[in-house]
Amino acid sequence: MTRQEVFTRLDEVFQDVFDNEEIHVSDETTAEDIEDWDSLDHISLIVAVENAFGIKFGMGQVTRMKNVGEMADIILEKLG
Amino acid sequence: MQELQYPFDGEYLLKKKKSLRKVLLAKECQRLHKKVAVLGGSTTHDIVKLLELFLLDMGIEPEFYQSEYNRYYEDAVFGNEELDRFGPDIVYIHTTSRNVADNEFPQISDTREQAEEKTEACFRHFTQAWEALEQRYGCTVIQNNFEKPSCRLLGNMDAWDYRGREWFLGRLNQRFYEYAQRHENFLIQDIDWLAAEYGLSKWNDPLYWHMYKYSPAPGAIPELAFNLANIIKAIYGKNKKALVLDLDNTLWGGVVGDDGPENIEIGQETGAGQIYSEFQTYLKAHKDRGILLNINSKNEEDNALAGLSRPDSVLKPEDFIVIKANWEPKDENLRRIAEELNIGEDSLVFVDDNPAERHRVQLGAPAAAVLGITEGQEPQPERYIKVLDRSGFFEPVRLSGDDLNRSGMYRANTMRKKLESTFEDYRQYLLSLDMKAEIESFAPEYMQRIAQLTNKSNQFNLTTLRCSQSEIENFRADSQYLTLYGRLRDRFGDNGVVSVVLGLQEGQRLHLKLWLMSCRVLKRDMEKAMLDQVVKRAASRGVKTLTGYYYPTAKNRMVKEFYGRMGFTLIEEKEDGSSIWEMDTDSYKPKNTVIQIAGY
Repeated sequence: MTRQEVFTRLDEVFQDVFDNEEIHVSDETTAEDIEDWDSLDHISLIVAVENAFGIKFGMGQVTRMKNVGEMADIILEKLG
Repeated sequence: MQELQYPFDGEYLLKKKKSLRKVLLAKECQRLHKKVAVLGGSTTHDIVKLLELFLLDMGIEPEFYQSEYNRYYEDAVFGNEELDRFGPDIVYIHTTSRNVADNEFPQISDTREQAEEKTEACFRHFTQAWEALEQRYGCTVIQNNFEKPSCRLLGNMDAWDYRGREWFLGRLNQRFYEYAQRHENFLIQDIDWLAAEYGLSKWNDPLYWHMYKYSPAPGAIPELAFNLANIIKAIYGKNKKALVLDLDNTLWGGVVGDDGPENIEIGQETGAGQIYSEFQTYLKAHKDRGILLNINSKNEEDNALAGLSRPDSVLKPEDFIVIKANWEPKDENLRRIAEELNIGEDSLVFVDDNPAERHRVQLGAPAAAVLGITEGQEPQPERYIKVLDRSGFFEPVRLSGDDLNRSGMYRANTMRKKLESTFEDYRQYLLSLDMKAEIESFAPEYMQRIAQLTNKSNQFNLTTLRCSQSEIENFRADSQYLTLYGRLRDRFGDNGVVSVVLGLQEGQRLHLKLWLMSCRVLKRDMEKAMLDQVVKRAASRGVKTLTGYYYPTAKNRMVKEFYGRMGFTLIEEKEDGSSIWEMDTDSYKPKNTVIQIAGY
């Protein structure tokens, strides 16, 4: 999967979780940029991303991600 | 909504919960409003979100209170203003094995007595919470039990040695069950079973617990919420009542019309036959606990009966109330079955291996539930029991004698109809039934049935006031209320408690807050017998005027003119169709001439 494909799928996940079809994420996207992205919905998001890519984030990884770009890096690394 | 029926896709529901909620709320339908307080030992955010979806789909619109993380004990025992203002109808306490602290478990150095004392200490912690909730809110409490621990220091010994955590949690669960057996308004949600079914290692996710205080893991939450919603809908009388079953490849393997009754797969001869026999046995057990069985099959009736009459068929023709074996569309048959049983289409569950037939019923009779028992075109009899069992359509919260007799009562009804047709004069027919009624103030042994009736009766129900059992108990204890239940028996059997009246006295006036009757005794003059007693008892309390209220719903048109027919005068009719009626007790003449009023 290319980085671009990861982002396309992430867009779908974000749109579903936040029920907003206008969301498009980029490397720099953080919780600040999306209105409903609070600590509770963050968990729904992590679960949905894990399910969408068939991966599970490790403890260190969930704490380390600072933006969507880093999330995409970890996904690509996991998909190997 | 089919997405919310078992077997559902939990991942999809978690992801799409926001948009699904919007779709459900946009649907125009009457829902019960209920206040549910969720007191959690873990983060309950997603439990509440998913529970809301399932309840909306089951016809209940919930409003929620959530405790702060792990404040279930404080909220229950000490209360707080917000929860008081909220005034819950139901409190759900969600705790898991994660909430038992290390030092609350027995230690390796403990004696047997110390281990027992620890069980009791932990149990007391919970009973304090339950008792405080009971006193403060008098509402139903649902507590889940404990799932098995995720690791076992003592290996297999953990299960049977008093120092084992598995042993300890099992003992605690036993104490919970004993409490449930003694308390009517206290129910257990069995997450011990649910976690085992789901898979304990998926249920328990250390990362989600330590990072986000989720217990169980997010993936298990749809299962947990669905299971809980089934209990809540059962409390409010929204269980299904009847199964509508296909025959070929549903109750037996093969097509009886083509293969002949001697060649269908049923009985102990083949593996397939055994699977279908097991399913039939499971269905027969439903009949024994009060679920009405019916047939809806594309077949000649003779062939259908021949299949069911095989000596090795577990289900026999007499186990069914209505048998529709014909070539009519199945949605039409289903509607007729609802009519003949005199219950709503929304009380039926349709079971058919053929996806095309299921689709037809979904479109033609959308109120009925359709069981997704197969995934493709092939019959999968090995799935039938699991899918029906997990669907929770018939989840009981208590088993009443009435439930167990139900099939017999419906069969007695068909006999009454036969007798009716032999009389030309209806009153003679009523007299021939030899009816005896017991009409008394609410009595402890009937509280559960009375509450059940207030939640289940839709058609003959003047105000559609829904009451929990604890509310019914409060009315009984409050001397301002005149309470009456009516139980009716006749030569064909006991109909049980079939009518409930509740009046609030205000000086010389009695406001009839609730008047309902089960449709199983329509046109038997039971309502007249009830009114006679209402007037008699009201008059002896100094009441001069009865005030009756009619509030229209989608289902209670049949009683729009009820008070008029009973001799009340119309005082006011509002634009919304509701009306107020009055009657003097002084000039009242008893109306019932066919039912003998007696104790049982």
